[in-house]
Amino acid sequence: MRRIRGTRRGLLCAWVYIRVLRLRATRAGWGRSGLVGVGCSSCSSVGRASGSTGLNLSWKLCVTIMRLVILDNYDLASEWAAKYICNRIIQFRPGQDRYFTLGLPTGLPRNHPESYHSYMWNNFFKHIDIDPNNAHILDGNATDLQAECDAFEKKIKEAGGIDLFVGGIGPDGHIAFNEPGSSLVSRTRLKTLAMDTILANAKYFDGDLSKVPTMALTVGVGTVMDAREVMILITGAHKAFALYKAIEEGVNHMWTVSAFQQHPRTIFVCDEDATLELRVKTVKYFKGLMHVHNKLVDPLYSMKEGN
Amino acid sequence: MRGGQVAARAPVIQFTNCRILRGGALLREDLWVRGGRILDPEKLFFEERRVADEQRDCGGCILAPGFIDVQINGGFGVDFSQASEDVGSGVALVARRILSHGVTSFCPTLVTSPLEVYHKVLPQIPVKSGGPHGAGVLGVHLEGPFISREKRGAHPEAHLRSFEADAFQDMLATYGGLDNVRIVTLAPELGHSHEVIRELTALGICVSLGHSVADLGTAEEAVQSGATFITHLFNAMLPFHHRDPGIVGLLTSDRLPAGRRIFYGMIADGIHTNPAALRIAHRAHPKGLVLVTDAVPALGLGNGRHTLGQQEVEVDGLTAYVAGCSVESALEAASLHPAQLLGLEKCKGTLDFGADADFVVLDDSLHVRATYISGELVWQAEEARP
Repeated sequence: MRRIRGTRRGLLCAWVYIRVLRLRATRAGWGRSGLVGVGCSSCSSVGRASGSTGLNLSWKLCVTIMRLVILDNYDLASEWAAKYICNRIIQFRPGQDRYFTLGLPTGLPRNHPESYHSYMWNNFFKHIDIDPNNAHILDGNATDLQAECDAFEKKIKEAGGIDLFVGGIGPDGHIAFNEPGSSLVSRTRLKTLAMDTILANAKYFDGDLSKVPTMALTVGVGTVMDAREVMILITGAHKAFALYKAIEEGVNHMWTVSAFQQHPRTIFVCDEDATLELRVKTVKYFKGLMHVHNKLVDPLYSMKEGN
Repeated sequence: MRGGQVAARAPVIQFTNCRILRGGALLREDLWVRGGRILDPEKLFFEERRVADEQRDCGGCILAPGFIDVQINGGFGVDFSQASEDVGSGVALVARRILSHGVTSFCPTLVTSPLEVYHKVLPQIPVKSGGPHGAGVLGVHLEGPFISREKRGAHPEAHLRSFEADAFQDMLATYGGLDNVRIVTLAPELGHSHEVIRELTALGICVSLGHSVADLGTAEEAVQSGATFITHLFNAMLPFHHRDPGIVGLLTSDRLPAGRRIFYGMIADGIHTNPAALRIAHRAHPKGLVLVTDAVPALGLGNGRHTLGQQEVEVDGLTAYVAGCSVESALEAASLHPAQLLGLEKCKGTLDFGADADFVVLDDSLHVRATYISGELVWQAEEARP
């Protein structure tokens, strides 16, 4: 199975939004199994039936929900996230004039123009059959950076907005490069990086702090909040405190990821280590929902066979 | 510039579902080809914003750079050392037939011959690019006549020579010119060999040591003068001795010029060299191993009497494929190392971006399923044909 590796790797830099025309679900090696519906924990309505086998329920974006999905380790969390994204795209039924717009982080600082594109190419683009014209990446080498950011926002709007935004968080709870203190309604802009982020980035520059860029182009908190659905991947003990601040404390611009408490549809995917700072009660509650969560990643019929 | 624009409009072919040899390892990657060269798909994606025009499924096979044979005396009834009127068609026949063995470039080899043969044959074997007509000719390999009497092997004694006083001119007169020549094998213990080696190296011709009784010291001096290759290691040279390793000692010599790598040809048929000896050489100096066939005109023909230059040869038996190292090493020994020997590693013997798209499709037992030259299919196995 050609796995779409968990695209979060730390989390840095400018964001990419991608219009996936026809993601080859067959690459994941999934066969037919019919559509499986999931009743959300606070909703009992069901949408149109969609044929095939099993339950006659189907997806419906009818409720606001925050999910916390806890897996045992990094690999399982990545795989769960990948399957979920795949399912969302299939269920969306993209087509000739119907694009699924996916927002992604890149994981590398902008001053590495080669590795930036190489990273996205090697980890994502080369494994899928996407039209290169539908892959938009913020250009950190543009002459007018603010214009580049504004154009990016415009492109997102023209594409009809982002359907699913996937990202991670920093140890200081930042989403994208929206460092502590960033406005929770910010848009795509040039941002100065916090020392924490610079230290975390040093590994991409052979540990030489003087080489690490201090500025980055980033989508704003507001930009991500506009997405129809948001998925945040959080793994590792060093992110545990940030996760705690994100979901158990209030909305606070010092922990910008907490803004997603006010997003209609957010899903946090994490591993055991990342839950270390949460209340036992919170963890037990969400673990108890795993049977429901796992239905979200049951294989759907492949787009090629099902159409 | 115009060439670049034409190439940019050429169709992009993507070979999928394959493992390619790149960087010394077999990677699960696609191979992209355009305009006869290997293409960087990342650049295509981000800069040109294009996708492949055609995809070809390789059925899980291995894609390796096309093999390069730097020592092949003929085959299929053709003897390169025969002074015929139409040497060209003989070379063309061999060039076409070796495609099925995965060879995409080769050096037709002439054994020790009288002057007339050199004067007649050499001008008829020009350097030529490969294609559907056959493998590319990189240049001629002249094995002899300046070799040792004791170690002449199958070469005719009557036509052996040593260098006269004006050695380089003597050589030019013998061969009748050095156009089309790529490699010269000689014995370094012959007098005046060093000036010849220096002149040949200055002309860009690869000098190889072979059919010689040289000791290690003489061999090292020859390398310092410019020699870079050893013709069929172990054969036609003094055997390895622990107090004087002879030419074989070059593999681990510390008296070679800095940065210079010595290459050595090996005939890996299990007969010319015991597999254990092959492995000793490989372990001592894996990056220098160059697989050669040293094929004779009887290649591809049945048992019987055949010619080899001025000799007659009886063929009775088979050759065997000997494996003693990893698949990647073996493939590099047949493609990358000969390309490096001839200084062609930027465009031949590799699947790096920008290189010529000469490659072979192999199954897991390394049988050739298909051969491509400049991105064009030039040979395909029977079962694979539709």
